[in-house]
Amino acid sequence: MTPEQIIFIFCAALILASALMVVTTRKLLHAALWLVAALFGVAMVYAILDAGFMAVVQVVVYIGAIAILFIFAVMLTRKEMRDRGPQLRPGWWLAALLGLLVFAGLTFLLITQPGINRTAAAIPSDVDTIGRLGMALVSPNAFVLPFEVASILLLAALVGAVYVAVSKK
Amino acid sequence: MSIPLSWYLILAAALFCIGLFGVLSRKNAIAILLGVELMLNAVNINLVAFWRYLDPVQVAGQVFAIIVFAVAAAEVAVGLALIISIYRRRNTVVADEVDLMKW
Repeated sequence: MTPEQIIFIFCAALILASALMVVTTRKLLHAALWLVAALFGVAMVYAILDAGFMAVVQVVVYIGAIAILFIFAVMLTRKEMRDRGPQLRPGWWLAALLGLLVFAGLTFLLITQPGINRTAAAIPSDVDTIGRLGMALVSPNAFVLPFEVASILLLAALVGAVYVAVSKK
Repeated sequence: MSIPLSWYLILAAALFCIGLFGVLSRKNAIAILLGVELMLNAVNINLVAFWRYLDPVQVAGQVFAIIVFAVAAAEVAVGLALIISIYRRRNTVVADEVDLMKW
């Protein structure tokens, strides 16, 4: 076991335990806070993968914006469902069975693929991946069109969310 | 990088299946969206892991993951706005009780 593998196993255990708490805990506000823990674990995995920009975006966008939005929504809709009674549907064991089957199938497919246990070559030291990412996002030869489409999508979602959520009196 | 690629893929598969369980089994619509977030994160782990292990010089994998980020943010904003709007009109956030369009 190298130190890297130990850190990865720690992150994976954090992610999976938090994710299990998200889907099983009865209190919805606690579920949203466990989601923050799971998202932080994913940010650590990005950092292990040398994707520093992704790790920062994960913390800023997912934890800073999306998780906070969830907490606001839980608090705004709290009067009715005061975490009483079962939080799971009656057929939850079918969903658990389906999840286990999908996981078993995916794992079986993955471990039978050739080359699945490869390790990564080191990134050449003269390659600045974050700089290349920034250039690729605005370069006409690369990904400027998907970038613009994403910005239009965000603008449309912003307008749509305000229009849907505003109270019409 | 001494971690095999399969570790990341199996972690992502497990996270995806936990999210799938959450989506299928929870009653509360906000909890269903929490499950969707877990599944989107699993996909992003896969994308970044393949970028790092297959072709770290080309940044296409990371760009794809960033687009997934943007779509996830848009999805959460619209989804939570819909849930709050439904809560205002029908005073419930239980997905089974929102049956206005069911005939």
